[in-house]
Amino acid sequence: MGEELVFTFDVDGDDFTSAGQASVQIKKNLRQLGINPEIIRRVSIAMYEGEINMVIHAGGGEATVKVCEDYIEIILKDSGPGIKNIDQAMQEGFSTAPDRIRSLGFGAGMGLPNMKRYTDSMEIDSTVGVGTTVVMRVNIV
Amino acid sequence: MKISNMKELLEAEVLCCEENIDKHVYSACGCDLMSDVLAYVKDQAVLLTGLVNPQVIRTAEMMDMICIVFVRSKAPTDEMLALAKESGIVIMKTDKRLYEACGLLYTNGLVGNKVK
Repeated sequence: MGEELVFTFDVDGDDFTSAGQASVQIKKNLRQLGINPEIIRRVSIAMYEGEINMVIHAGGGEATVKVCEDYIEIILKDSGPGIKNIDQAMQEGFSTAPDRIRSLGFGAGMGLPNMKRYTDSMEIDSTVGVGTTVVMRVNIV
Repeated sequence: MKISNMKELLEAEVLCCEENIDKHVYSACGCDLMSDVLAYVKDQAVLLTGLVNPQVIRTAEMMDMICIVFVRSKAPTDEMLALAKESGIVIMKTDKRLYEACGLLYTNGLVGNKVK
């Protein structure tokens, strides 16, 4: 694979039931490229949690996945309220999600920790009132 | 354990992808919290849950799970069944409660559960 492949998705923030569609599509795309199934699973789970977060907290956003020779990069960008305290948000169990989301099986404070767990690197750039960008990488080799 | 054995043990009804019930599952997860399901890697697992919304199907798909059992007679929607069919995920429902359903599978040999 000489050149990088880029996939971009708009994540709809209005409909929680449709959240995850981009992750499902990425999983299919990566399968078609013949990527190792374990790598695909890690990428798609991390992206899925990120998508869910964007829908819950930020009213949607944009997801970009770059497939490079040595790694897959996932960039999640939103214009939501931002994260006040990233260290706190990274703690398992810490959540600001509303009860409505908890009743749907999410919002238990596992999203960001799961994203970190399944990726080789994760960086969060967030400004309150401006938005959040999360960049994750999963190494292919 | 074959999915068909699970169907018998749980006295379950298969709602879609019956053609896949001869596949084997090697671990199980009983949970209504999808974020917890996503926290652990399992190979060829089954998800038992009482939660009914499309994210249950997507979560199972992300985890490469091949079967979902809805407990306490919970019935998935047509939209959920359509999503499951796309991925070949066997959907079953049982009258049993989550605790009893998990206990039956565990005592009959489905004990594998590898935490990453």
